[in-house]
Amino acid sequence: MSDTTAHVGSPRYSAFNVIAGIILALGLVVTVLRFSGGLSSVTNLDDYNPWGIWIGFDLMVGVALAAGGYVTSAAVYIFGMKKFHSAVRPAVLTGFLGYTLVVIALHYDVGRPWRLPYPFIMQQGTTSLLFEVAACVALYLTVLFLEFSPAALEWLGLERARNWAVKLTLVLTIFGVILSTLHQSSLGALFLIAPSKLHPLWYSPFIPLYFFVSSVIAGLSMVICESSMSYKYFKDKMDDTHMKEKESVTLGFGKAASLVLAGYFVIKVIGIASDNNWSLLATGYGAWYLVELLGFVALPCFLYAVGVREKNITLIKWTAAWTVLGIVVNRLNVSWIAFNYHLPSSERYFPHIAEIVISIFLVTVGILIFRYIVTRMPILYEDPDYPQH
Amino acid sequence: MSISRRQFLGWLGAAGTAGAGAAVGKKAHAAASKRFEGYPDSDGVLFDSTRCIGCRKCEEGCQKVNELPEPDRPFDDLTVLEIKRRTRAGVYTVVNKYDTGENGKGTVFRKIQCNHCLEPACASACFVAAFTKTPTGAVTYDESVCVGCRYCMIACPFEIPTYEYDQPLTPKIEKCTMCYPRITQGLLPGCVEICPVEALSFGKRKDLLREARDRIQKHPKRYVDHIYGEKEMGGTNWLYLSGVEFEKMGMREDLGTTSAPELTHGALSIVPMVVGLWPVLLTGVYAINKRKEKINREEKERAVAEALGKANAEAQAKLSQTMEKAENDKKTEIDTAVKKALEEAAKKESDDKETS
Ligand code: SF4
Ligand code: SF4
Ligand code: SF4
Repeated sequence: MSDTTAHVGSPRYSAFNVIAGIILALGLVVTVLRFSGGLSSVTNLDDYNPWGIWIGFDLMVGVALAAGGYVTSAAVYIFGMKKFHSAVRPAVLTGFLGYTLVVIALHYDVGRPWRLPYPFIMQQGTTSLLFEVAACVALYLTVLFLEFSPAALEWLGLERARNWAVKLTLVLTIFGVILSTLHQSSLGALFLIAPSKLHPLWYSPFIPLYFFVSSVIAGLSMVICESSMSYKYFKDKMDDTHMKEKESVTLGFGKAASLVLAGYFVIKVIGIASDNNWSLLATGYGAWYLVELLGFVALPCFLYAVGVREKNITLIKWTAAWTVLGIVVNRLNVSWIAFNYHLPSSERYFPHIAEIVISIFLVTVGILIFRYIVTRMPILYEDPDYPQH
Repeated sequence: MSISRRQFLGWLGAAGTAGAGAAVGKKAHAAASKRFEGYPDSDGVLFDSTRCIGCRKCEEGCQKVNELPEPDRPFDDLTVLEIKRRTRAGVYTVVNKYDTGENGKGTVFRKIQCNHCLEPACASACFVAAFTKTPTGAVTYDESVCVGCRYCMIACPFEIPTYEYDQPLTPKIEKCTMCYPRITQGLLPGCVEICPVEALSFGKRKDLLREARDRIQKHPKRYVDHIYGEKEMGGTNWLYLSGVEFEKMGMREDLGTTSAPELTHGALSIVPMVVGLWPVLLTGVYAINKRKEKINREEKERAVAEALGKANAEAQAKLSQTMEKAENDKKTEIDTAVKKALEEAAKKESDDKETS
C-alpha cells in the first residue's frame, strides 16, 4: 500500500479494495453456513472447548483494544490534558466501532442471538460475572454512541442536537470510565470460576486487575497506532491542530504506556510471588509465560521509555504495534493456550479456518466503516462551523 | 428465588467489609457470608465403583426414561468401553473403563454424569439464571431462557454440560437432571433403578454419607478412605466410593473445596466499590483540574495586566522624559535665540556708535 495521500476509490486503494472484497465475500459465505448448519459446521468447538477465537479474539481482544476511547477521553476531559484533544474523536470512533463489532461477533457465537437481551429483560443472573460483562458492554456501547454522536450530528448539520450532545461530554466520560473499569476487569474475572482449567501461571486472584491495567496499556498503544495509520492513509483529512498535536500525543501516550507497563510488570511478578508459582516458570508453559512477561511487557516498557527520551517517534510507533500484539497474545493465552492445559492434546482446540475467516471479516468491516466515516465526518479535523468541540 | 441469588445479596452486603482486599481472592473469603451447606434434606446418589461391573445398563436406563436419541452402538456392545467417552449432546451419562494396574484391583469402571453440586458452578455462571438448585438436590436447566453462551460449560469443574453444536438456531445445553421429574413423583432415577448390582444407591445425601463412611469402615481394604463429592468444589449431591485413587479413574483430586460462588464473590463485590468510588474520585480530579486551570488563567490574566501596567508606566515615563527634553530643547533654543538677538542688538548699537 502506498503511503501517499489517497482518496476513496482512487487506484491507490484498489489492491486493498480487492482483498477487502474477497474477505467480505468469504465472510458472507461463512455467515450463511453458520446460521444454516450451526456452530459445528464452521467451528472446531466441542464440549471440552466451548469458547474459541470468536470469544478469545473477537470479544477478549476486541474489548481490550477498544479501550482507547475511555482512556483518551478520561485523559482529556477529566485529567485536563487539553493538548491531546485532537486524539479524542478518532479514539472514540475506534472504540465505538470496536464494541459494535464485538457485539456482532457475539451474534455468531451464541446459540440464540436474539436472546442476547434476555439477561436484562427475562431473568438476571446477577451471580454471574458474564452478567456484569453483558450489562456494562451494553451500556458502554450506548455511551460510546453518544460520545461519537457530535461528529455525526455536525456532519448532518443538526446543530441543536449536536450542542446538546456536547454538553453531556463530562458525564459520559465519567460513565465510560466506570463501565470500562467494570467490564474490562470482569472479562478477566470470568475465568476466576475455573481454577482447575486455567494454568496456574495465568490463573490468579488478581486476574481482574491484570485485565483492567492491561486494557489501559492497550488503549494507549492503540491510540498511537491508530494515529500513525490515520496519518499514513488519511493525511489529507487532518487539520493543522491534528498535525501539530500528533507528535505530542505519540510522546505523551508513549510515556504513559511505559509507566503503566512498568506497573503491570510489577503486579504480575507480585502475582507469581503470592501464589508461589516460581517453580512453574521452569516448565514449557513457564517459558511461554516468560515470553509474554519479558517480551511483551518488560521489553515494550523499556522501548517506550527509550523512544520518549530520545523523541524517537518511529520507535514509539513500532513499540505500540508490538504492545498491541502483546495484548493479543495475553488474551489468547488466557482464553485458549493456557485454558484446558490439563487436557491431552487430542482434546485441545485449534480454530477452524472458517472461524478465522469470520474474525478477519469483522476486522475488515471495521476498517471499511472507519474509512467511510473519517473521509466524511469531522473526525481528524475540526468542523469550521463548530470550533473547540 | 434461588439460593445463589440470595447469596449474591449477601456478598453485596459483605462488600463493605471485603473492601480493598476483595481483589485478593484468598483473603476476601474471610469476609464472605457463611457457606451454603446444601439443602438439609436433599437427595443424592452414591456410586460405588468397587461394585460396578461396567454393564452400561445405567446408560440404557437413562436413555429410556429421558427419551434421548438411540445410541450409535447398542448398549450391550461393551467394546465402546475401550475408548474414553464423555457426556455429549443426547447422552447424559457414560461409563468408562480404567486400567489401574493397582494391587489386584485391576480394571475399574466409573459412571460419569452431572454431580449436582451443592453450589453449582454452572448456576453461578449463567447470566440468565437458567439453572436452579432445587431443594431435592437436583440441578435443573431451563431451556426457554438459555442464550447459548456456553459459559456454564467453561465454569463446570467436572466438564459435564454439553451443547447442541449442530443446531443452527435452537441449540440447548444438555445434562443429567437427576431425573428431577421422576424423583419428585417418588420414582428412582433411571440409572439407579436399572443397575443390576446396586452400584448406585439413591437417598438423602446425609444418609448416603453415613452409608459411605460405614462401608469404608467395614471394609478398609476395599476402599480408599475418601468420599469423593463430600467436599469437592464445596460438595456435591452425587457421591463416589472407590477402591483406587480417584485420580486413577480420571477424577480430578486437585479441585479443592472452594465452591464456585466463593471463587467469584470477590470480583463481584468490587462492583459497588467501583460504582461508588469512581464518580467521586473522577469528579474530584476534574474539579481539581478545573480549578488549576482557573488559577492558571487568573494568574495569566494578572501577569498580562501587570505587564500592560508596566508597559504603560514605562511609556508614560518616556513620554514625560521626551517632553522634558523637548521643553529643555525649546528653552535652549529660546535662550540661544534671545542671546543671539541681544548680541545682534549690542553689535548694532556699537556699529551705530562707530558710524555717528
Ligand atoms: S457437575 Fe457441573 S453441571 Fe452438574 S451441577 Fe455441578 S457445575 Fe453444574
Ligand atoms: S449456555 Fe445457556 S445455560 Fe449455559 S450459561 Fe449460557 S445462557 Fe446459561
Ligand atoms: S448399571 Fe450399574 S453396574 Fe452397570 S455400568 Fe451402570 S453403574 Fe455400573
